[in-house]
Amino acid sequence: MGRFIARRLMGMVPFILLVSITVFLLIKLAPGDFASNYAASLAASGETVDDSMLADMRQRYGLDQPLIVQYWDWMRGVLQGDFGYSFQWQQPVVSLIGERIGLTLVLSVSTLLFTWAVALPIGVYSAVRRYSVGAYLVTLIGFVGLAIPGFLMALILMFVGVSVFHTDVGGLFSAPYANAPWSWARVVDLAQHMWVPMVILGTSGAASLIRIMRANLLDQLNQPYVDTARAKGLSEFTLLVRYPIRVALNPFVSTLGFILPQLVSGSVIISIVLNLPTAGPLLLQALLGQDQYLAGAFLLLLCSLTVLGTLISDILLALLDPRIRYQ
Amino acid sequence: MSTQTSGADAIRPARALDTASEARLVWLRFGRHKLAVLGLAIVALLYLMAIFAEMAAPFDPDHSNARLVFHPPQAIHLIDHDDDGWHLRPTVIPYRLARDKVTLAATYVQDGEHHTRLRFFVHGDPYRLWTLIPMDIHLIGPAEPGQTMFLFGADRQGRDVLSRIIYGARASLSIGLLGVANSLLLGIVFGGLSGYFGGRVDWFVQRTIEFIISLPTIPIWLALAAALPKDMSPLVKYFCITVIISLIGWTELARVVRGRFLALRSESFVTAAMLDGCSRRRIIFRHMLPALTSHIIASVTLAIPAMILAETALSFLGVGLQPPAISWGALLKEAQNVESIAAAPWLLLPGAAVALTVLALNFLGDGLRDAADPHGH
Amino acid sequence: MDTDQHDTPPVLEVRGLSTHFLLRAMTLKAVDDVSFTLHPGRILCIVGESGSGKSITARSLLQIVSPPGRIVAGQVLYRATPDAAPVDIAQLPARGPAMRALRGHDIAMVFQEPMTSLSPIHKIGWQIAEGLVAHGMMTRKQALARAVDLLRQVEIPNPEQAAEKFPFEFSGGMRQRAMIAMALACNPRVLIADEPTTALDVTTQAEILRLIRRLQVEQGLAVLFITHDMGVVAQIADDVLVMYHGRVVEAAPVSDLFANPRHSYTIRLLEAAQKLGMAAPPARAAVQPGPRLLEVRDVMLTYPAQGSLFRKTVQPAPTLQGISFDLHEGENLGIVGESGSGKTTLGNCIIRVLQPSAGSIRYTRRDGTVEDLAALDRDALRAARREIRMIVQDPFASLNPRMTVEQCIGEPLLVNGILQGQALRDRVAQLLTMVGLPGDIGSRYPHAFSGGQRQRIVIARALALDPRLIIADEATSALDVTLRGQILDLLLELQPRLGLSFLFISHDLGVIRYFCNRVAVMHRGRIVEIGPTEQICTAPREAYTQRLLAAVPEATPQRRTLVSV
Repeated sequence: MGRFIARRLMGMVPFILLVSITVFLLIKLAPGDFASNYAASLAASGETVDDSMLADMRQRYGLDQPLIVQYWDWMRGVLQGDFGYSFQWQQPVVSLIGERIGLTLVLSVSTLLFTWAVALPIGVYSAVRRYSVGAYLVTLIGFVGLAIPGFLMALILMFVGVSVFHTDVGGLFSAPYANAPWSWARVVDLAQHMWVPMVILGTSGAASLIRIMRANLLDQLNQPYVDTARAKGLSEFTLLVRYPIRVALNPFVSTLGFILPQLVSGSVIISIVLNLPTAGPLLLQALLGQDQYLAGAFLLLLCSLTVLGTLISDILLALLDPRIRYQ
Repeated sequence: MSTQTSGADAIRPARALDTASEARLVWLRFGRHKLAVLGLAIVALLYLMAIFAEMAAPFDPDHSNARLVFHPPQAIHLIDHDDDGWHLRPTVIPYRLARDKVTLAATYVQDGEHHTRLRFFVHGDPYRLWTLIPMDIHLIGPAEPGQTMFLFGADRQGRDVLSRIIYGARASLSIGLLGVANSLLLGIVFGGLSGYFGGRVDWFVQRTIEFIISLPTIPIWLALAAALPKDMSPLVKYFCITVIISLIGWTELARVVRGRFLALRSESFVTAAMLDGCSRRRIIFRHMLPALTSHIIASVTLAIPAMILAETALSFLGVGLQPPAISWGALLKEAQNVESIAAAPWLLLPGAAVALTVLALNFLGDGLRDAADPHGH
Repeated sequence: MDTDQHDTPPVLEVRGLSTHFLLRAMTLKAVDDVSFTLHPGRILCIVGESGSGKSITARSLLQIVSPPGRIVAGQVLYRATPDAAPVDIAQLPARGPAMRALRGHDIAMVFQEPMTSLSPIHKIGWQIAEGLVAHGMMTRKQALARAVDLLRQVEIPNPEQAAEKFPFEFSGGMRQRAMIAMALACNPRVLIADEPTTALDVTTQAEILRLIRRLQVEQGLAVLFITHDMGVVAQIADDVLVMYHGRVVEAAPVSDLFANPRHSYTIRLLEAAQKLGMAAPPARAAVQPGPRLLEVRDVMLTYPAQGSLFRKTVQPAPTLQGISFDLHEGENLGIVGESGSGKTTLGNCIIRVLQPSAGSIRYTRRDGTVEDLAALDRDALRAARREIRMIVQDPFASLNPRMTVEQCIGEPLLVNGILQGQALRDRVAQLLTMVGLPGDIGSRYPHAFSGGQRQRIVIARALALDPRLIIADEATSALDVTLRGQILDLLLELQPRLGLSFLFISHDLGVIRYFCNRVAVMHRGRIVEIGPTEQICTAPREAYTQRLLAAVPEATPQRRTLVSV
């Protein structure tokens, strides 16, 4: 097992390297750079733009260097925990992203757990009682959950919140806690606010997981080993839990690899709608303003997070399934 | 002559199904899925609507009117009465702006006196069908020119939301198709390369796919879309967005194509075709592709919703299609803050169009998949 | 059946059992009014071909028929002790505790597929012990200790370590032993074995049959043994029940049944089995050798060592390690061997589905020229494949489901530019009648035909190009025994008329003996012995061939070579 994990960790290195190159190319893709953007905004407000000042600026931020050098400088910084400097905010990137990435992680992981907690029992139910009214209802709700984009659901919830309950469902903190230092009360406040984005974010994932669990379990229920277990004299419930559900859990766990990217992805757009203090809103701003190091830091961390999720799902799967471990 | 098959193994008399081709069997199985057939009908109607958007929309989508800002939706009444008695004819009850005498706020009040009569195939705003044929026929509209009808309400500039949704279907639905066509092309090229060359090429393509799947799509899309020059023409931008969306969407299709291709390659009827002397081309096109098509069609159908949702999300965030271009995402951008939704909830209706389309496509795709592969998953 | 001969009352008495499948359009009477008794210390075989309802009968006894199947009538009376009042199992709720208490504890079952019938992710030891714990007979720890004991009883080496392994680490035979250990865990009174050896090689089958017999005698078990193989019946049964289309057509003690079959179906079944059995009158004689058709010399097929940092190891096909033989015109050469011996690989190498890594396959063409098949380029190969055709095992998979029968059979004629249009259609009709099918079925699709009929269609396709050599790879293995004989007879009848030669690959020595003039015995990628059929079957020289022959279950209950009590 140790060797398996070591091997997978080794395999991650080129992946993360590839992620960093991809991200760097992405933030360098836009025509022009921050300096020209800055010049354009100055020009728009009627100020004259001094070419030598722009050249200075490019030199100061290393924008005049060849791409490979810029990449190298950036990566060297990142490895030392320095993500560069935000042009827009005139601050080191690290001080801007810290809490936002943390909250994104908290939101994504808790949504993931929520999704699993919902999808597992419902998926099992709709497979075992496949012709019941409840199963059809679940299937229908699942379809609808898949069909409504997350941001639309966020908009609808906001509308309902405002017009029916006269509250704002956006944000992750109440006003007094928004900028307060971390305390127990703030955590409680966070938990009280987080269920709205969690439900919105988790719905489509839960819908697809229910379908996956149901399909897997239906496959397993017809396997001969279930008959073997039944012929041993196990009760229906015991054999269901011990065999088909246990086996169907493996592909279910491996969905972590694509559910986590989906959740991180979805959280970006939902947090923009609901105005959450997570990565989304700032990332969008940074991208639109070509604040490359800020955008780069967000992209790099989000992508690494999901790549890490794939790794974790692989390891979990190997723990669950001896066939993979022994390969 | 030789031994005829005897006893239990006798040839049974021909039945209708015996000469039914595989495609026909798939179609028969598909027909048993009521939801899938419903999905097909809805999808067909939606695409028809998008193709004939100019005719289907009651008004010009850019026809604004400052005096009709946020005009509320009107319900169609089928029974109308006037001095001559009761009639079976569709009407809407018009609204007029009235000012509250105390607060001086403008509100719309129903004007029950004169119902606006509606008629099918009326003359209305002139347009050029597919930018070619000058016409002014609309599927439905107020009988008298100059009258208004807002079935889905009006937006911030007094434009008819229904007409805008119908025009928006054009961009949103076609982006789904184009994106999927792109993805399919990429998927077939890479999946095919992978399956054909095997070995290192396969390894490389597979790792690339794994890599792309492990990335969160929306941040990447955002970064790509944000990198597009701001002064792009809407048409070029439209194509760029399509390409961006399919850059990520092709992986799933490539997986399906490769997996199916490999499974099929080891089928013994394919080996038999090779031994029959079929050329490589004939094996692929006569024996393998027909077996793949139903699966590909099903996967493609299931991939379209993701494309539509992606376009909607990007446009909604302001990095996809931008006004004056009309798409469902761009329309939803109008409903981005609580205030405008509270004032005019009908601005969320483009979202309902998205949900309906995605739902119908999912039903359709599921039915197709089950019909293509009745024993599998 | 005559029950007076037994002094003890039956442990299981089945009366008028009917299990039906209520389908949408019809009711399938899978088991229809079946009655029999099962006595301690005796083995009752239920024999029948596919679809006869024998497996459903077995499952009905434990009420584990999968829906929509349901017991609709009849009694299944079980006596826990000779003096106890019988319990009617058919009346117990299928999911109730009373039924559960019987399963595994009183009546245990061994299934056909040892791989899929064991959970892939649980250790063998626990899977055996689980029943003991579930029935409250032992603690978990005691049960695991007993599991090791049981593994020893079923002759698994190093039982302590074996208990800690997963099923995928076992061979097929070992898995089936583990299954038997699992079934015996609670000391049941009745053991139901549903085709327990069908998925196994013949030598492994012999071992498992021996094991079941030994345990049955030692523990005084009543065994219900389901099989389709009359040879196995003859070797292991005390009493026999013949099923056909859900009904019992005949029941008799084994020697009576073989000596004096009464029902026409039993007679047909026995004739077919004995025709393809080892005791049938003399094996096919060697033919006067014609000119040499095929000269195979030192054919090797090896795979490079796989598995690197990034690549999963794939199970390579069996390798060939220097195969040499000749095949003469008009001759049928059999290649016999167990799974993994490389016999299918050899066939694929000759027709160049696989590329041999060394050696030559010199083939004499119709016009007398000799060419090395192993070295042909694609065009020359195409020409060669018009003379050498192949028939494979699975008649369902080898016809393109999207083409009509006519298109399937006509494909080789069409792509080789030989015939088209009406002439093609006429030729297809002619080929169809040649293989014993009506000529007018060309417009139907393969799904309209049974397995035997499809194999005839496959044969017609192989004959379309007027071939000289046919490689038949397990061509009859997927068919029921009565059909198997028919197909072999069809090929034998066509052979002289069309001037055919066969390379006939099979795991079934009986079939080979019936069909071939000469036999090559393959083992681990080598030919261990080659010679005239008669000599190989009566006086084998090599130890492996002797072992193989000794393991063949003969369809004569008087000669129980496999299982001696």
